[in-house]
Amino acid sequence: MAKIVDRKPLSLLEKTNIPQILKGLYITLVNFFRPKVTLQYPDQRPVIPNNYRGVPTLVKDPNEREKCVSCQLCEFVCPPKAIRITPGTISEEADTAHVEKAPQEFEINMLRCIYCGLCQEVCPEEAIFLQDIYSINGLSREELVFNKSKLYELGGVLPDKHYKWDKKRDDALHGNENH
Amino acid sequence: MTEENKTVTVTIDGLDVEVPPGTNMIEAAALLGKEVPHYCYHPKLSVAGNCRMCLVEMGMPMRDRATGEAILDEEGNPKIGWMPKPAIACATEAAPGMRIKTDSELVKNCQEGVMEFLLVNHPLDCPICDQAGECSLQEFATDYGRGASRYIEKKNVKPKRTRLGPRVTLDDERCILCSRCVRFSKEIAKDDVLGFIDRGSYSTLTCYPGESLDNNYSLNTVDICPVGALTSTDFRFKMRTWFLKRTPSICTESSTGTNTEVWSREGVIYRITPRRNDAVNDTWMTDSGRELYKLVDSEKRLKAPAINGGPAVLKEALERAAEFIQGGSIAYVGSGRASVEEQYLLKAMVKQAPGDAHLIGRFGPGDGLLLAADRNPNVRGALLTGLIDKVPEAHLKALSKKIDSGAVKTLLVHNEDLLAVGITTAQLKKLNIVYLGTHENATSAAAKVTIPTLTVFEKSGSFVNQQFRLQGFAQAVPGPAGVMPDMLVLSRLLALVSKQECALDNAEAIWASMNKELPAFKGVTFKDSNISDGGLLLDGSTFKSFNFFDSQTLHYDPQTS
Amino acid sequence: MDPITLILKVVYALVMISVVMTCAGYCVLAERKVAAWIQGRVGPNRASLPFITAIPIIGPFLQKLGIWQLPADGLKFLFKEDPVPGHVNKVYYFLAPVLALVPALMTMVAVPFGQYWDEAGVGHPLILANIDIGILFILAVSSLGVYSIVLAGWAANSKYPFFGSIRASAQMVSYELTMGLALLPVLMWANTADGIGGLTLSNVVASQDGLWLAFIQPLSAFLFLIALFAETNRLPFDMAESETDLVGGFHTEYGSFKFGLFFTAEYAHIVMGSALFVLLFLGGWNFLPFLAAPWPHTLVGSVLSVLWFFFKVCFMIFFFIWVRWTLPRFRYDQVMHMGWNTLLPWALVNLVFNTFLIGFLDKA
Repeated sequence: MAKIVDRKPLSLLEKTNIPQILKGLYITLVNFFRPKVTLQYPDQRPVIPNNYRGVPTLVKDPNEREKCVSCQLCEFVCPPKAIRITPGTISEEADTAHVEKAPQEFEINMLRCIYCGLCQEVCPEEAIFLQDIYSINGLSREELVFNKSKLYELGGVLPDKHYKWDKKRDDALHGNENH
Repeated sequence: MTEENKTVTVTIDGLDVEVPPGTNMIEAAALLGKEVPHYCYHPKLSVAGNCRMCLVEMGMPMRDRATGEAILDEEGNPKIGWMPKPAIACATEAAPGMRIKTDSELVKNCQEGVMEFLLVNHPLDCPICDQAGECSLQEFATDYGRGASRYIEKKNVKPKRTRLGPRVTLDDERCILCSRCVRFSKEIAKDDVLGFIDRGSYSTLTCYPGESLDNNYSLNTVDICPVGALTSTDFRFKMRTWFLKRTPSICTESSTGTNTEVWSREGVIYRITPRRNDAVNDTWMTDSGRELYKLVDSEKRLKAPAINGGPAVLKEALERAAEFIQGGSIAYVGSGRASVEEQYLLKAMVKQAPGDAHLIGRFGPGDGLLLAADRNPNVRGALLTGLIDKVPEAHLKALSKKIDSGAVKTLLVHNEDLLAVGITTAQLKKLNIVYLGTHENATSAAAKVTIPTLTVFEKSGSFVNQQFRLQGFAQAVPGPAGVMPDMLVLSRLLALVSKQECALDNAEAIWASMNKELPAFKGVTFKDSNISDGGLLLDGSTFKSFNFFDSQTLHYDPQTS
Repeated sequence: MDPITLILKVVYALVMISVVMTCAGYCVLAERKVAAWIQGRVGPNRASLPFITAIPIIGPFLQKLGIWQLPADGLKFLFKEDPVPGHVNKVYYFLAPVLALVPALMTMVAVPFGQYWDEAGVGHPLILANIDIGILFILAVSSLGVYSIVLAGWAANSKYPFFGSIRASAQMVSYELTMGLALLPVLMWANTADGIGGLTLSNVVASQDGLWLAFIQPLSAFLFLIALFAETNRLPFDMAESETDLVGGFHTEYGSFKFGLFFTAEYAHIVMGSALFVLLFLGGWNFLPFLAAPWPHTLVGSVLSVLWFFFKVCFMIFFFIWVRWTLPRFRYDQVMHMGWNTLLPWALVNLVFNTFLIGFLDKA
């Protein structure tokens, strides 16, 4: 149902529009003297909040273990299909042999990425993070397909809350004391 | 109506369903579209009843002990005596008047409880588990589980990378001890090597001492494993299942015509699994048949046409081939691995430029299960299309003689190596060979014209298996760039040889023509050949007297067929 | 006329042109800066010259002010590729931008911009050509500007420029009437005493020695101001461009230097319009109402009077820009409705009222 709004009839002065124009001029004049909000971008940099969604990166845990196990959930969830993973196996001699799986290659096409953060949200290993890098560029398309080493270089090391695989290895070494 | 054909009516969640006697509750519920979750039950294996996931409530109409009359309630309906405890649906057969509840409060409590116990020691390593995406544990945990864990103690630790055999790797932590693999090895593969050792939560699947799971059906244990415990060493960590496209196909290993499913992603095949066909292969297939996809991406693959060994444009190659064929003194070597459509086209070619048509017989020991002695998937197709009129032999002695005598100067070979069938290199050199095929071999090396074609995974068509069952296969992946399907190559060649447009340049047209020309295919349409479930049994009675040198398989007996 | 006077006249003219053109140029900068500040932005502040910007304090200050944006923009207009669309009428297409700038610059001939005193202490206006039909000349010549817009629209041979030019010509014709009618009482007032002075602007300025005409005839001033906005095609009256519905209006098909000419002409119009308004209603170079100029009747006084006049003009230019970034554009029918149904009757009423008032005052 349409709602009828009662409009106050205009006074004679208001019908000339002059008071409104003067008010408008006053408002713009006040704004004229207000401090400016522009950020002088290349010289000044914005403060990046913690939950900012920048370039997706791969991270390692403080023990330098690559956290990605190439479960490919991010590849699956990625709306623009920017992620491409070649799964691989960790050799049985390696320190982290009990993790069994690690990406052989991990590519994110930054020309496709829409920074939606779904990969970070879906990651069961907390291995992919959209961190604070927001400005990337390159001279060719190939350059902007970030490979695994580039992604780890950008991601660096992030603190780990769980160390779930380390716990698992401890369990495997010491067994279950309840048994 | 005879006694055996009587059906039993049971009521599941208030809905009546008629089932054959002997049907268990899981199958009966499935007829109504209701899912009773289960792990250890498998339709083609014996019932173990050890997972307890399929618990349902069951009741029977009450009868007066004295008179045997049904007791009725106030409204005149039979009074139901509900069992005080739930029953396992897999081991309970339907009985007349039986009532089943699959979603009552008790059943839900049972399912939640069973799920919780199954997950107590589960490592929850879905991110690195190959079963993820097709895992019953995942599915039932979301559908019937309680959603959160109450378990705060340390989980059990078990060996993670046990190699049970050359092709099967076991992750013991994920095993829920359903014993499907044990029963399969014992009952189907007849290679009783698997068993459980230790007790309680120490229970572990293992091979008998000194044995290993190395029979040609070992990978079926991976297929039937409801969780990620048994994994295929070949497919392990290669690709997640949710990316893979499933295409119905037919195994080309032997005349059994095992129904398969080809799992591919973006033009790359990752694995082949069996597709259920109760008239052919049930739910099984051979390990050797699963390896066949590796031929697709082989180094020996022919990818470009060649004339005298040098690269050529397809058009030129076809024209040169047509010249050879028109030159006369020609013989044909067709293939028992080609589809019915291709064999029919080759037959059309034989009609156009007459010459002897041969097929190469391939034989090996049959194993009585799914590997038949006749190792060609489509010899019956060649007989039905009229390409050949007798069962092919392993050695082409007649052809060899004709080559020696000079009666045959040109040879059109469809994807076969003649060196393996008693023709010598010296003989090949004397001939003008036109080779249409997928891979390099001695014949293609000696060929004057080579035209690449596609493998079974890259084209669609149909085979006729040992039961004269017509089964279709679909294209799973695209072929190498620029390579045309055999069907198109043959029809183009036919057009050049006959110097007129060839109408048989697509499957519909070929099937329409086969309908008209061949009595066995009367009434069979293009769509029938592509049916993905079951296949279509053709009339093969004409060839009843033929000795196919074939062996018994799961659903075929050469003596009775 | 002796050759020296002739050369002097040419030199004067060139000096005037360069001043007005520079003014027009910096109007563009002012427009961008004022717009930015009103919108909470900083405006152009990146263009710099290598050595001057290196000077501490002043250099960065000038850069922040965007001073060097003007030469940068000008050079860009000059050196850009100058494409001529294939479908245009070439002769008119080239003629239109020239026609736009010429009248805008010609009006300044009759605009006085200050005062000097001869040995006798008698004040004379500083003006290039002190012709006695001054205001009429200005009105006549500035009205020629509409031809450039019509020509540009016609020559472009496409629909949006054509719409723009049709609208602009109709608007200019409509508001010319109001403008003329609003001017008549001013001239009558300026000539009340003895009828001497005619149509020269210096006479109008002289008559505002005590009180500015804006206070004596506020309605005339108001009507003239509105008409002035319409004549200069400034927002809220920029029917000729109205980039939201006509892409670029009459100059849609123009680029590089030819577009630059239109651009400069528009701002030259603003400079001239502001000067005219200051002369007619804001007392010209007179100091403040009822206050005699505090500067002596010497050369210094002349310079200061020019600067004072220039200051007032600058304020008017700022006012033009200020209004542009405050008010939205009128719809075309509103423009026409206001021109003919509101402003014209009021201008007539104003004329009649002032005629009676002046007649009454003269008699008394």
